[in-house]
Amino acid sequence: MNSMLLILIPVVGAALAAIWPDRRTRPLLLPAVGAAHFALCLWLMAAPAAVDPAAWLAFDPLARAILPGVSLLFLVCACYAASYLRLKEQGNRVFVAALLLVLGLLSAGHQARHLGILWIATEAVTLACVPLIHFTGTPRAFEATWKYLLVGGTGIALSLLGSICLGYASLHGGGSGDITFTALLAHGPSLSKTWVLTAWVLLLVGYGTKMGLAPMHTWKPDTYGESPGLVGALLAGGVTSVAFTAILRVKSVIDAAGEGAMADRSLLALGLFSTLTAALFLLRTRDFKRMLAYSSIEHMGILCIASSFGSAGVWAALFHVWSNGLTKGTLFLSAGNLQRAAGSASMDDARGMSKILPHNSRLFVAGMFAITACPPFGPFFSELLIVRTGLAGDHPWAIGLFLVCLLLAFFGLSHVVFAIVDGRPRLKKPDPAHIRETAGLVLPPLALLAASLWLGLFTPAILKDAWSAAVLQLFPLP
Amino acid sequence: MNDSLNLLIGLAMGLNLLALGTSRLPVLIRAVGAQGVLLGLVPLVLEAHELDWRLVLITLATVAGKGFLIPGLLHRAMRTANIARELEPYIAYIPSLLLGAGATIAAVSLARHLPLLPEHAGTLHVPGAIALILTGFILLIGRTKAISQVCGYLILENGIYLAGLLLIRSTPILVEFGILLDVTVGIFVIGIIVDRIQRAFDSLDTRKLTALHE
Repeated sequence: MNSMLLILIPVVGAALAAIWPDRRTRPLLLPAVGAAHFALCLWLMAAPAAVDPAAWLAFDPLARAILPGVSLLFLVCACYAASYLRLKEQGNRVFVAALLLVLGLLSAGHQARHLGILWIATEAVTLACVPLIHFTGTPRAFEATWKYLLVGGTGIALSLLGSICLGYASLHGGGSGDITFTALLAHGPSLSKTWVLTAWVLLLVGYGTKMGLAPMHTWKPDTYGESPGLVGALLAGGVTSVAFTAILRVKSVIDAAGEGAMADRSLLALGLFSTLTAALFLLRTRDFKRMLAYSSIEHMGILCIASSFGSAGVWAALFHVWSNGLTKGTLFLSAGNLQRAAGSASMDDARGMSKILPHNSRLFVAGMFAITACPPFGPFFSELLIVRTGLAGDHPWAIGLFLVCLLLAFFGLSHVVFAIVDGRPRLKKPDPAHIRETAGLVLPPLALLAASLWLGLFTPAILKDAWSAAVLQLFPLP
Repeated sequence: MNDSLNLLIGLAMGLNLLALGTSRLPVLIRAVGAQGVLLGLVPLVLEAHELDWRLVLITLATVAGKGFLIPGLLHRAMRTANIARELEPYIAYIPSLLLGAGATIAAVSLARHLPLLPEHAGTLHVPGAIALILTGFILLIGRTKAISQVCGYLILENGIYLAGLLLIRSTPILVEFGILLDVTVGIFVIGIIVDRIQRAFDSLDTRKLTALHE
C-alpha cells in the first residue's frame, strides 16, 4: 500500500495542479509534493516491508536502492522550479502538472515487477516529459522535442517487442507466458534460448535508447540543450535511471536463463562504445548544455561497464547512479542560471560568467570537477570502485580504455567550463532580471553539490545496506 | 481459423506495399487505418472458440483507436498543415517498394528459422509482424514529412501489436489496455507537436529541423 502511495501522491498532486486557479501559487505544489514523496521514501527505506513476490508493483530492494535518490533530486529540483517559474511570464499549469506526473510515473517504473507495467511506465514518462522539453517555446525546442519523440518512441517500441519475445520465451519453454519478473526468474533455465537472446538484444537497444547509450543517443544533446535546466537534471538523473533499472531487472532474467556471459559481454561493449563516443564529442562541443548531455552519455556508458562486472560491479553501479544523478543536478541547475544570464549556451557568446553570476560559476566549476571524478566528491569514489572491480575481475584492457575516456572527457569538460567562466564579460543583451542570483536559484544546486560531497566522504550505512540488498535480489545465492 | 487469420494478415501485409509506394498522404493515412482495422479483428479470429466480453471490448477499442481515431487526427493535422503529398522522400517510391518486398521475403524466411509453437508455425502471424515492423522502419527512415514519419511509426506499432497477440492467452487485460492507451496518448502528443512545428516553421518538412547538430 505504501508503495502505491509513492505513485498516488504525485498523481493526485498533478491533478490538483491542473485545476489550481492561481498561477503564482501553483508552483508551490512542487516542493510540497516532493517533500511528502521524499519523506515517504525515507520511511520505507528505514523500515522496509516484506515484498509479496507476486506483486506487480512493490518497493522491493532494487527500488529501495535507487528511488530515494531520484526522490531527493526531484525535491531539490522542485524547490528550484518554484523560483524558476517566478521568472517566467507564461502559464505554468501544464508544466507543473507534467512535472508531478513524471515523479509519479518514475515511482511506478522503479517499482515495476512486471515487464508490461515497466513498459507502460517508461513510455508514459517519455510522453509526460514532452511539455517539459518544449517549455521555452522556441523553434529549436520543438525540433528537439520532435527528435526526442521519434527516437525515444522507436526505442520504447523495440523494448515492447523485446518484452513480448521474453513472454514467448516463457510460453515456448512450457511456461505460462507470465511476464512478471518473479515468474520469469522461476522459469529461468527452461526459457527458450533463441527467444531469450532476441529479447535481450531488443530490450538492450530499447531501454538503451531511453538511457541514451551510443549509438542510440542522438536525441540527448538536442533535448538537454533546449529544455530548461531542471528538466535536464530530472531526465539525466531520473528518467535514465528507470531505463537502467529495467536493464538490470531484465539482465537478472537473462542470467537465470544461462546466457549471463553473453549479456555481460554486450553490456561491456556497448558501455565502452558509449563512453568513447561521448568523450570524443566532448572534445569538440562548444555548447555547455550539450556538453552536459555528452557527459550524461558517458556516465550511462560507465553504468553499463560496471554492470558487466558481476555482483560487485552492480553494487558500484548503484553507487554511481546516486553520485552521477546528484552531481549532474548541480551542473544542470547552475547551467540553466548561466544560460539565462548569458542569453545563450554557446561558449562563443557566454564569457566571463564569474563576474556576472559568481556563485553559479563557482558551483558550475565545482560540479565539473565532481563529475570528472575529482576527489572528494561521490563520482570519484564510485568510479574508483568500478576500476577496482574491473581489475579484480580481470578486465585490464576495458579499464585502460575506460581511464583514457575519463581523461579525454576531463579535457573536453574543463575546456568549455573555463572558457565561459573566465575572461571579460561579453553579453548579447543583458537582462537584469536574469542576472540576480536569488537564494532560490543558488541554494538548490549547492544542496545537490553538498549531497554529492557527503555521498563521497560519508556514504551512509543505510544506503550501503540498500545497495547490498538490491545486489542480493539481482544475484540470488544459489 | 488459419485461413481467415492468414487472409487478414496477408491483406495487412499488402497494405504495407501500398503505404510504401504512394506519394499521396491521404492514401498513406487510409492504408494505415485499414491496416489497424484488419489487425483489430485478429483477436476475434484467434479466440473464435471462446468469445467473451473482454475480447469484444479489446477488439472494439483497437478498431476504433487504430482504424478511426488516430487516422482521423492525422487527417486533421494534414488539412491544417495544408499538404497532401510527400514530394522529396529520402528513399524514392520504387526503391522503397523493392525494400519492402525484400523485407517481406526476409520476414518469411526468418520466421521459418525461429522456434515457434505448433499453433503459430503454419501461419503468417510471425512473418506478418516482422514485415510490418520492417516496413515501419523503412517509412521512418525514408520519408521527410512529419505525418509520413508518424504513419511509419504507426505501422511499426501495428507490427508490435500483432507480435503481442502471440501472448493473447497469457497477458492480462490491464497490460493490453495500458499499451493501447499509451499508443493513443502518444499520437495525441505527436499531433500537438506536429501542429506546433507547423506553426513554428511554417512547414511539416523535417528537413527544416536542422538547427541542432554538432
